[in-house]
Amino acid sequence: MATIEEVKKLAALARIKIGEAELEKFTSEFDTILAYVGQLEFLQLPASSSQPSTLRNVMRKDEEPHAGGEYTQKLVEQFPQREGDALSVKQIIFHD
Amino acid sequence: MTKSNEMTIVEAARVLRAKELTVRELWDACAIAAYARNPELHAFLEIFEADDAAITAAQERIKREGEAAPILCGIPLAIKDNILIEGKIASAASKMLEQYRAAYDATVIKKLKEAGALFLGRTNMDEFAMGSSTEHSAFGPTKNPHDTARVPGGSSGGSAAAVAAHLCIAALGSDTGGSVRQPAALTGIVGLKPTYGDISRCGLIALGSSLDQIGPLAKTTVDARILYEAIRGTDALDATTIPDGLYEAREVPEHLRIGVPRHLLEEGIDADVRAAFDTTLEKLTRAGHEIVKVKLPTSSHALAAYYIIMPAEASTNLARFDGMRYGHAAHPPAGGLLDDYIESRTEGFGKETLRRILLGTFVLSAGYIDAYYRKADAARAVLRREYENAFKSCDVIAFPTTPSPAFAFGEKSDPVAMYLEDIFTVSANLTGMPAISVPMGMVEREGKRLPVGIHFTAPHQTEDALFTIGRIVEDSR
Repeated sequence: MATIEEVKKLAALARIKIGEAELEKFTSEFDTILAYVGQLEFLQLPASSSQPSTLRNVMRKDEEPHAGGEYTQKLVEQFPQREGDALSVKQIIFHD
Repeated sequence: MTKSNEMTIVEAARVLRAKELTVRELWDACAIAAYARNPELHAFLEIFEADDAAITAAQERIKREGEAAPILCGIPLAIKDNILIEGKIASAASKMLEQYRAAYDATVIKKLKEAGALFLGRTNMDEFAMGSSTEHSAFGPTKNPHDTARVPGGSSGGSAAAVAAHLCIAALGSDTGGSVRQPAALTGIVGLKPTYGDISRCGLIALGSSLDQIGPLAKTTVDARILYEAIRGTDALDATTIPDGLYEAREVPEHLRIGVPRHLLEEGIDADVRAAFDTTLEKLTRAGHEIVKVKLPTSSHALAAYYIIMPAEASTNLARFDGMRYGHAAHPPAGGLLDDYIESRTEGFGKETLRRILLGTFVLSAGYIDAYYRKADAARAVLRREYENAFKSCDVIAFPTTPSPAFAFGEKSDPVAMYLEDIFTVSANLTGMPAISVPMGMVEREGKRLPVGIHFTAPHQTEDALFTIGRIVEDSR
């Protein structure tokens, strides 16, 4: 059973906020979902199921870059806050 | 003559080449239908202004190249709102990206532009493709053209409704757990989820990166194939795309062996849907195809595994939305940078998205990753082997696409009830195998006739078998 405190903690980890009014509903829905996906606990998998992955990394050469500045204006236009072509954010480093 | 917006790709391409219709007339027919019915259906989030240059170029190309012009030249298509078209908004039906304008074309869009296709608009969907009804769209749901009191399915419900109501000739959607095939079934059209890696995901707003695949929604299997062939292929911008022949080639015999996992069909399926499925199988048997019993024991746990893996990947993918570089941004004056992140995300994401972010965060957290995520991943590998084994004795595997026809708005307010819509479709995403939904008849609910679909899965890179069986089912109806 998930508790309201646990859901609050998960929300904090995920950088979201669940309003007090909705916490209870979210917690109970969360429980329902966990109860459903929790059925995997009872699934017996054959011992061979932990085979090494057949996935491999695909690399490409670092070459043929697009022309410098080609996308700058389009990307800058998306900035929520800007100063010229610079992205403006709140102060990150404090010196006190 | 069929009204031009009601034509298939094949029919429209023919009349364009025969000079019975101009590209402009075809565009106008679709645009007029879209403007007329969109207030009722809400299939499109935006209907684009006619691109005169593209229409003229397509017309000239058909005139110049005739039969050699790409078949999609001059064909108006609808595009799901999570596929990037340069200069257009791509919102994934989320407040988070309500004003986001794509800085580049998705690879599939690039390919369609090269083929001369036209884009009629961007279609509604569940927010970030999370849902099976379009009820999770931040901009209101799409209605099913067969009964506007019912959902069109989802998440590509806008694309499905647009095709089914003939507001366009064909459409693109994306399929993470059934999001092309389920709405295709519920609106009576064809939907294909290709082999994982067959189609570039570059420019597709990510949900579950190991599951997502763009797919066509079309009026016929032949049309689905045309769109599929136009957008497929390796792409340097998506390292998961695969070359032809990566998997063992398989012949598609004239008489197919159709695997049916009877043990999965014993309960939970509406009686008339089951009857439509059995009737379709009988017709296939009479036409000389063979029904083979197959066993896929882990299938009954596939949905649980899916609802661990997908939220894990979704929560990771959605971590990029923080209100800094693009998308919805909140700047509470009193708070610091962390408050900007939290406020932007909390305001920008809808409820289902928040639920899946929480779930994904949970199954990946240190104390639970073994019990949930790693177990689900192991189950996924076992499921894939079961399917590979089953395909030793059959060419395709069949079940109904959904257990029921389209449901009423609000009927599945419990999240797990909604998740169960995907029970038959998720396996193809977990295994990476291609799958198609084709209409298999109609059932009646409250005096309305509603379409249902039959679903076929094939081994990796054996889409040919799906197109073959799809046509056979269409011809047998």
